[in-house]
Amino acid sequence: MDYLSLSGTLLYTAFILYLVAVIFFAATVRDKRQEKQFTFVNKFAITVTSVGFLSQLGYFITRWIAAGHAPVSNMFEFVTFFSMMLVLALIILYAIYKVALLPLFTLPLVLIIIGYASVFPREITPLVPSLQSHWLWIHVTTVALGEAILAISFVAGVIYLIRQIDQQKSTYRTKWLEIVMYSIISTIAFIVVTTTFSLTGYEAEFVYTVEATEDREETQASLIYHLPAIFGKSDAELVTDGRMDALLPAPDWLHGEDAAKKLNTLVWSLAVGLILYLLIRLFARKRVAALIQPSLRRTNPELLDEICYRSIAIGFPVFTLGGLIFASIWAQEAWQRYWGWDPKEVWALITWFFYAIFLHLRLTRGWHGERSAWLAVIGFAIIMFNLIVVNLVFAGLHSYAQ
Amino acid sequence: MNTIICDTCGHHNKEGTTICEKCGKPLNQDTQKTLLNMRYDGTAIRSKTRNRSIIDKTWNFFSSIKVGVTLIALALIASAIGTIYPQETYIPQTVDPSEHYRDQYGIPGQIYYQLGFHNLYGSLWYMILIALIGISIFIVSIDRGVPLYRALKHQAIKRHPKFLKGQKLYGEYSDYTEEDKQQLLQHLKQRRYKITEKDGHYLAEKNRFSRWGPYVNHLGLIIFLAATLLRFIPSMYVDESMWVREGETEVIPGTNQEYYIENQQFIFEVYGDREEDEIFETALENNGAIVPRHYETKAAIYQDTSDKEVISEPELEEIKRGEIIVNQPIKFDHFHIYQDSYQLNEFQSMSFKLHETEDADEEAILEFTVDLVDPERVYEFDNGYRIELNDYFPDYELSDGRPRTTTNYPRNPGFVFFVYGPDTEEAEVSFLAIGQNLAAGENQYKLSLTDFDVRNVSGLTVRKDLTLPFLGLGAFIFMIGLIQGMYWQHRRVWIHPTADRIYIACHTNKNWFGMKSEYEKITEGTPFTEIVDQENKNE
Repeated sequence: MDYLSLSGTLLYTAFILYLVAVIFFAATVRDKRQEKQFTFVNKFAITVTSVGFLSQLGYFITRWIAAGHAPVSNMFEFVTFFSMMLVLALIILYAIYKVALLPLFTLPLVLIIIGYASVFPREITPLVPSLQSHWLWIHVTTVALGEAILAISFVAGVIYLIRQIDQQKSTYRTKWLEIVMYSIISTIAFIVVTTTFSLTGYEAEFVYTVEATEDREETQASLIYHLPAIFGKSDAELVTDGRMDALLPAPDWLHGEDAAKKLNTLVWSLAVGLILYLLIRLFARKRVAALIQPSLRRTNPELLDEICYRSIAIGFPVFTLGGLIFASIWAQEAWQRYWGWDPKEVWALITWFFYAIFLHLRLTRGWHGERSAWLAVIGFAIIMFNLIVVNLVFAGLHSYAQ
Repeated sequence: MNTIICDTCGHHNKEGTTICEKCGKPLNQDTQKTLLNMRYDGTAIRSKTRNRSIIDKTWNFFSSIKVGVTLIALALIASAIGTIYPQETYIPQTVDPSEHYRDQYGIPGQIYYQLGFHNLYGSLWYMILIALIGISIFIVSIDRGVPLYRALKHQAIKRHPKFLKGQKLYGEYSDYTEEDKQQLLQHLKQRRYKITEKDGHYLAEKNRFSRWGPYVNHLGLIIFLAATLLRFIPSMYVDESMWVREGETEVIPGTNQEYYIENQQFIFEVYGDREEDEIFETALENNGAIVPRHYETKAAIYQDTSDKEVISEPELEEIKRGEIIVNQPIKFDHFHIYQDSYQLNEFQSMSFKLHETEDADEEAILEFTVDLVDPERVYEFDNGYRIELNDYFPDYELSDGRPRTTTNYPRNPGFVFFVYGPDTEEAEVSFLAIGQNLAAGENQYKLSLTDFDVRNVSGLTVRKDLTLPFLGLGAFIFMIGLIQGMYWQHRRVWIHPTADRIYIACHTNKNWFGMKSEYEKITEGTPFTEIVDQENKNE
């Protein structure tokens, strides 16, 4: 049997099941009965979610068998695994608090993350010697679980903010919340744009000259765009017929061979995101948050606040264990030092510092409610920065995942 | 020191106490209307009561949570700045940092370098920042931890009614029977509350140990930070690197000439040549470059057993033999040797022949081999020929028209030979390098490369780190404290009977939702189920 194709099917099944679960959770929120009542629809929706989780677990196991190593070694695999841990974290916190809004907002985030993962090359990659260790799965799975539990606090925080922030008049708070909404929409735009162009097989090749260095002669290199080039490398020339030439040169201060291409993708996502966002604003004639707010009226904001904090209280020790302690043990074995100030390591420390600040402010200085919800949003932004920007932009030991 | 005398029970409380230690009456009149501040159980905190001497002021500064949080925030920002451009350790070793940052990143890079951010994490100010956090953790733990421990150890069971009324969760019940009360106590016991009684008053308490969590994890952090300093003690820490060629034995740096390592064989394998690699085919094609699968050094470790007092040749005795693989260092006497890098196919030796320049067949007059690591200078032959190696460039390059060597490793050897024939007085000069064979003037004889040998070189790192157990201990204690403090909650229920009614109050240090739902379970089937969340009521 072909484990690899089976694993693909199982992941696809999980995706569909999560989608179905979202619809059912949406139905429970519209339900006029009390939040506390654990209705049949609720039970059904969480069962579908759990089956989806098992299916995704099946993906993980079959891919592990197919690859011969834990499938957490490249960007596609890690992001997919992170989405799976997000579902696990969701199931745990849902079991404690039984708030239907939590899966209703988390599962779409899971779907976006799976979509984001699928943008990266999906083939099985061989492991370089430094990754050939049991610590690969021990370290990576614990980090992913820790970050996923911490991410639940973001979801609870966002629901809290949409629920609580006064949308009658425009304030800094409404503006910042719209920025959060716009970021989420841009992520969706990124997935839509990349998937669309990859389905149509768009490819434009640019050729540029690599200057001679001490030990290398002048050579020609090429850069292949899968999106129409808005930003191109300043000295590169289009060689594919019938494709759009770059409209603007990328700024000089951007370094790296792929920098122009990455900037291009970013600009595409932000632009399409902006169009989508403006369309929503145009049709609804309301802020996006204001559009969602009415359906959250019946939730208890205190409970959301508690979930926001509790997921950090649960996730912080897990993250510390995986992201700092296991990471250090492995780094000592593979790289001969437990800590080396690699960008990824530093950003794990920054994440840890940040949540430590959150916990101190909350537990000893009484930062509850809105302030704590904003902090949860920033914390998630830091996690995403470490996952996306540090891996794809910063050069470092962890950038194997390009 | 001043004391505050409780007007109800007459107990002498330390200055700064907000809740009477003995009867639990709120001592601060302002708190009457609002909820009681239960942090540290209302006990006197040193930093809140003394502010006279310099020591007090320093103490108070570091024991402030605001200061601690600010320090962490500063460390966070500083750490982030350090990732804007690569740190010095991650730039190529051959370049000059002062030029590299300017050339690569322009003016911002230049500023970054000049501010010393290229070595941010090793800078004095960053280390001071981390040390200040350490001091803050230490002081705050003593400042808060000790009084809290005492307050909880000696807490009164019977509390003043105002104490109960000042709690977040509070209820008054008049319609109940003795049986109901017993059932309540029974339920508390079932949920593993420890119950103490005095004059019909009850205190039910559980998971008090979770209150020590923060202090335990801070202790772990202090041990960890102190352990990082141990590295500066000589003999605690060795960090060296070395290259060993196949077949060679080298002294291991950092061991006082005591240990030697022999590279018996270096094995290097890449992906793509085994059947099971089929699954990686697409990835390998997309990657383009060679992906190493495995590399290892088959090594033997020797100890020098000769008498160190007198100068003598080392006497090597094998103490260990095995493979050094990435992720699997070889270990002996607190030393770890790691597989770090490699240099494949380094030239070991080159063989040449001499022939007449005019000879089309290039018939060899003589042949010789040059060891590229330790070359002999002169090669004499029975037929009267003599060849001198006048100059040797192991890693040859042409710089401003002059040959020179970039490194001492024979990666691209270049030779200047002087050739003396049996009947020539003057030497003929020949220059040879890979792809080059130059003669100075019209030479009668010509040298040609006939053969070469290569071998692999293994790059190893030598580490000894005696600080690791201490770091591990610190991290372990930290994790224990974190779990203890985060995954359990300290919950208390006070039951206060009066002539006609009963007061019940609950307190938890965190997770009020959990406390409330537990209260629901405890009071199931009793008349005490309704309890008021006074915080919400006040809103």
